[in-house]
Amino acid sequence: MMATARRKRSIGDWVFFNITRLFALLTLLMLGGIIASLVYGAWPSLKHFGFPFLWTPDWNPPMEKFGALIPIYGTLITSLIALAIAVPVSFGIALFLTELSPTWLRRPLGVAIELLAGIPSIVYGMWGLLVFVPLFSKAQPFIAATLGKLPLLGALFSGPPLGIGLLTAGIILAIMIIPFIASVMRDVFEVTPPMLKESAYGLGATTWEVVWNVVLPYTKVGVIGGIMLGLGRALGETMAVTFVIGNTNSINSASMFEPGNSITSVLANEFSEASQGIYTASLIELGLILFLITLAVLVFSKLLLLHLSRQEGRAT
Amino acid sequence: MQESTPLPIAVGGNKNDDHPPAELKTQIAFRNFDFYYGMFHALKNINLDIYHSHVTAFIGPSGCGKSTLLRAINRMYDLYPDQRAEGELLLDGENVLDKGIDINHLRARVGMVFQKPTPFPMAIYDNIAFGVNLQERLSRTEMDDRVEWALRKAALWDEVKGILKQSGMSLSGGQQQRLCIARGIAVKPEVLLLDEPTSALDPISTMRIEELISELKQEFTIVIVTHNMQQAARISDYTAYMYLGEMIEYGVTDQIFIKPQKKATEDYITGRFG
Repeated sequence: MMATARRKRSIGDWVFFNITRLFALLTLLMLGGIIASLVYGAWPSLKHFGFPFLWTPDWNPPMEKFGALIPIYGTLITSLIALAIAVPVSFGIALFLTELSPTWLRRPLGVAIELLAGIPSIVYGMWGLLVFVPLFSKAQPFIAATLGKLPLLGALFSGPPLGIGLLTAGIILAIMIIPFIASVMRDVFEVTPPMLKESAYGLGATTWEVVWNVVLPYTKVGVIGGIMLGLGRALGETMAVTFVIGNTNSINSASMFEPGNSITSVLANEFSEASQGIYTASLIELGLILFLITLAVLVFSKLLLLHLSRQEGRAT
Repeated sequence: MQESTPLPIAVGGNKNDDHPPAELKTQIAFRNFDFYYGMFHALKNINLDIYHSHVTAFIGPSGCGKSTLLRAINRMYDLYPDQRAEGELLLDGENVLDKGIDINHLRARVGMVFQKPTPFPMAIYDNIAFGVNLQERLSRTEMDDRVEWALRKAALWDEVKGILKQSGMSLSGGQQQRLCIARGIAVKPEVLLLDEPTSALDPISTMRIEELISELKQEFTIVIVTHNMQQAARISDYTAYMYLGEMIEYGVTDQIFIKPQKKATEDYITGRFG
C-alpha cells in the first residue's frame, strides 16, 4: 500500500516536472521562432539593401527604395523625449506619495496612477489628437519664442506650430509611461527600511536630502528597472504615436516640432497596403530592427545593473 | 530581607562615584510628558532629569514605552502623522516640543543609533561625511580630519583606514554599528541616543560597543535603551525602570540594582517578572 502510494506520488512529481519544463521551454521556442520568422520575412530586404538600410533616409514605395533612418530616428527621439519628461515627474510623484503626502491622500492617488496605466493606448491617441494637439499648437509659438531663442537648444524648438510632430508624440508617450515608472519607483521607495531613513533624518537631513542621498542610492536597481520598463513601453507603443506623430517620411531640420514617423507607426500605417516582395520585406526588417533596439535596451540595463551591484561590493 | 536577596546582576565598578551630585547638570528634562499613538496613551506623565556627561539607561519589558521616550528626544516621532507628544521636554532648558524649533538643527544636536546597523549605501568615508556636510562646510583636509577623529572615537579607525572608499555595507555587523556611532558623533552632538544598539550583535562586538560607550560619556550625554539588564548595570550611571508607559523608578544605577525602592522594580531586575 505504502509503496504504491509513494510510486503514484513520484509519477505525479515526474509529470509535474515535465509539464512545467515544457511550458518554460515553450517561451524559448517562441522567441526563437519569432526571430527566425522575422529574419526569414525580412531576407529579401536584408539581401537587397544590406547595412545601408539603417542610415538611408528614403522611403519611397513606388520606386521601391527603402531606408529605415527616419523611423529609427523617430522611435528613438520620441522615446528619449518621453523619458526626459517622465523620469523627473515620476520621481516627484513617488517622492510625494512615499514621503510627503498625508496618509488619507496616499491611497486615492496611488489608485489613480494605477488607473492611468490601465487606459488603452488608443484612447491616449484619440485624446492626444483631438484635445492635446489643438491646445499644443497654440502653445508652440510661445515655446518657439522662449526656448527657441536659446543658443544651441533653440534649434530644437523652431518651425511651424503644427501641433502634431515628434515633440507631441514624446509628450503623449511620457504621459503614458509615467504611471509605470511612478508606481515602480513608489514600490521600491516603500521597501526602504524605515530605520535607514530615520538614521538620515536623525542626522538632521531634510526630506529631500534623505531621498536623494539615501533612498535613491538604496533603491537604484529598482528605479533603473522601472525606467527601463517605461522605455521598453515607449519604444514599442504604436497607436498613440501613430495618431500624433504626423506620419511623414522626411525630416527637414533638427526641430522637435517636425512631424516624423516611428517604426511602429510606419508598420501600422503601411502593412495592410504593402505589396508583396521588397516592400513587405522592408517593413518586416523594420520590425526586426525594433526588436533589436528593445533587446539592446534590455542588455544595456542588465549590464548597468551588473556594474552597479559590483560597485556596491567594492566601492561607491 | 531585601538586602539579603541574592541578585543575579553583576554590578560593575564603572559608576559615578567620582561625580559628586553637586556637579550634576541636567541636560534633558521631561516635565509632565505624555505621548500618544493615535488614541493610545503610550507614555503617562513622565518626569525625568537626564544628566550631562552621564550614561542613563531605560529598562523595562517590551512595549513599556522606553524606545518611545528615547525617540521623543530628537522628535523622530514627527515623521509619523498620528504620533504626538504633550508636556515639556527640555534640552538645555529649551522646550524641543515647541512648534517653532528647527527640527534639523535639533537632530544634529541629538545623535541616534538604532537596533540594527544602518550604514548608508555609500563609501565608509561618505557615511561619516554625509551628516557633517549637512551641518557645516569643511575643506577637504578638515573633513579628512573629522572623519578620522570620528572613526578613532568609535574605535573603528584601525580596521577601516585602508578601505575608506569601500561601501559601508561591506563591513561586518559590529563594524557597521561602530560606523553608525562614528557617523552619529561626527556631527558633534551634545546627546547620543542609543536604541538597543547591541541587540543584533555578537558578544564580542557588544563588549566593544560597551567599552566605547564608557569612553564616549566623557564628551557626550548618553541615553541608552536596553533589554539586557546586565548591560544597563555595567555601563549606566542612572537607570529608569518603566512599565506600561509609566516611570516606575529612576535613580542611581547601583541603587536601582542593589536596593530598589519599589517592589515592581525588584521583581523585574531579579527576573521574577518580564
